[in-house]
Amino acid sequence: MSDSFKFEIDGVEVLARRGQSIMQAADEAGIYIPRLCDVEGLEPQGSCRVCVVKQNGRVVSACTQPVIEGSIVENESEEILGYRRDLVRMLYHEGNHLCPICEASGRCELQAMGYRLGITQATKYPYLQPVRPVDASHPDIVLDTNRCILCGRCIRASRDIDKKHVFEYVGRGIRKRVGVNGYNLADTDIALSDRAIDLATCPVGCIIQKGRGFFAPIGERQFDKRPITLGILPVKERSEQ
Amino acid sequence: MKKRIATVSLAGCFGCHMSLLDIDERLLDLLQQVEFDRTPLNDLKRFTRHCDIGLVEGGCCNEENVYTLQEFRRNCDVLIAVGQCAVMGGLPVMRNAIMHSEDPLRECLETAYLNSDKIYNPSNRIPSDEALPLLLDKVYTLADVVKVDYQIPGCPPSGETLWNILEALLAGRPVELTYEQLRYD
Repeated sequence: MSDSFKFEIDGVEVLARRGQSIMQAADEAGIYIPRLCDVEGLEPQGSCRVCVVKQNGRVVSACTQPVIEGSIVENESEEILGYRRDLVRMLYHEGNHLCPICEASGRCELQAMGYRLGITQATKYPYLQPVRPVDASHPDIVLDTNRCILCGRCIRASRDIDKKHVFEYVGRGIRKRVGVNGYNLADTDIALSDRAIDLATCPVGCIIQKGRGFFAPIGERQFDKRPITLGILPVKERSEQ
Repeated sequence: MKKRIATVSLAGCFGCHMSLLDIDERLLDLLQQVEFDRTPLNDLKRFTRHCDIGLVEGGCCNEENVYTLQEFRRNCDVLIAVGQCAVMGGLPVMRNAIMHSEDPLRECLETAYLNSDKIYNPSNRIPSDEALPLLLDKVYTLADVVKVDYQIPGCPPSGETLWNILEALLAGRPVELTYEQLRYD
C-alpha cells in the first residue's frame, strides 16, 4: 500500500492510489460525483463537464483529473452545484428534449440529473430548437438526434468495445453532432448486441431499440423513486449487500 | 380576506387543470382559503377584479393566447406557469423544430389542410374565418412573452405537487418538493 495516499472530498478523508482520477477514488469510497459523459467501462473524456469539482481551489473535471496527494476537493458546494445546474440547463436548451413523449423518460440520466439538481426555474438561456434528423432506417434501432447531448458514450463503446467505429463526431462548435459511418444506420454493421446500443450506454433517448419503448411503467422506472447515483452505493450499504 | 385565484389553459390540453382537480377533497380546504375568479372551473370568461395568483397552463401558439396571457399578467400579482407546455412549450413546440424554411407557417398549414392524401377538404382552402385566432410564427413559452414568477414542471404536475405549492404559497413559506414531486413528464 505504499502508493496509496489520502485526500479530502467535502471534508471526508478518502484513500486514493497513484494514477487514479478524482472520480475513480470517489467511486471506490462510495462518494457519488454527478456525471453524464462518463460511464463505467469506457475511457473518460471529460466533455460534459457535469463532474466539475474544485481541487485545491481549481475547477477541474473529476473524471479526467488525477488526484493530488493531500488535496482538498469540493464536490457538493453551492458554487459547484450552480455550475452543474447551468451545464445541465444548457444541455436541455441546446437540443429538443421533450420529456413527456420520450421513451427514455424515467431512465434518462439528463432528466435524472435535472431532478437531482432540483432544476425548476426559468433560465436566461434561449431554447435553440434545432432541426435535427431522426434515422429510423435500421430494422432494430432508431437514432433520434434531437435528444443527443454529445456525450460520446456510443462513439467510445463502438470504437473501443465493439471495434466497429459506427459513430463519430462530425463538425465543430455549435454544429458538432454525432454522425454514423455510412449513408444511414442501416448502412452500417451495427447490431442490437453491440455495447453501443446497450440501454446503459446512451444516457438520453437518442439511441432507441425498436419495440422496447416504455417497458417500465411510470412509478417503477429507474429514477422514479431514487435519485441518480449510477450504482455507486455508500460504503456502508455496499457491505450490507 | 380570501386570496383570489384565476386559471386558464392556453395551448394546453387541460391536463394540468385535471391534475388540480386531483387534489380531491382538499379542494374544499382550498376553497376555505381562496376564491376562484376567472377560471374554466366556474366558467367565468373575464376577470371580475384583481387577483393574487394566476395559474397558466399551456404555451402561446396563437395571438389570442398572447392576449390572454398579457391580461393575466396585468391582473395577477403572482403568475405561475403550470406544466411542461407553459414552461418549455411542450408538445406544440415540436412545430418549431420542423419549421425552418422560408415561409414556415404556410408550409405547416398547407401540409395540414391541402397537400396530404389523407385529408378530405373539398373547398381546398386553409381555414381563415375571422373568429379563428391567427397562428404565431412559432410556439412561445410563457417566459418568452411575459414575466413569469414561478414555474411548475411536469406533464402534468401531480395533484400532490400542485397542492404542496399552493399551500406553501398561501401560507407564505418556501416550497419544499419531495424527490417524487419534481417531474418533467
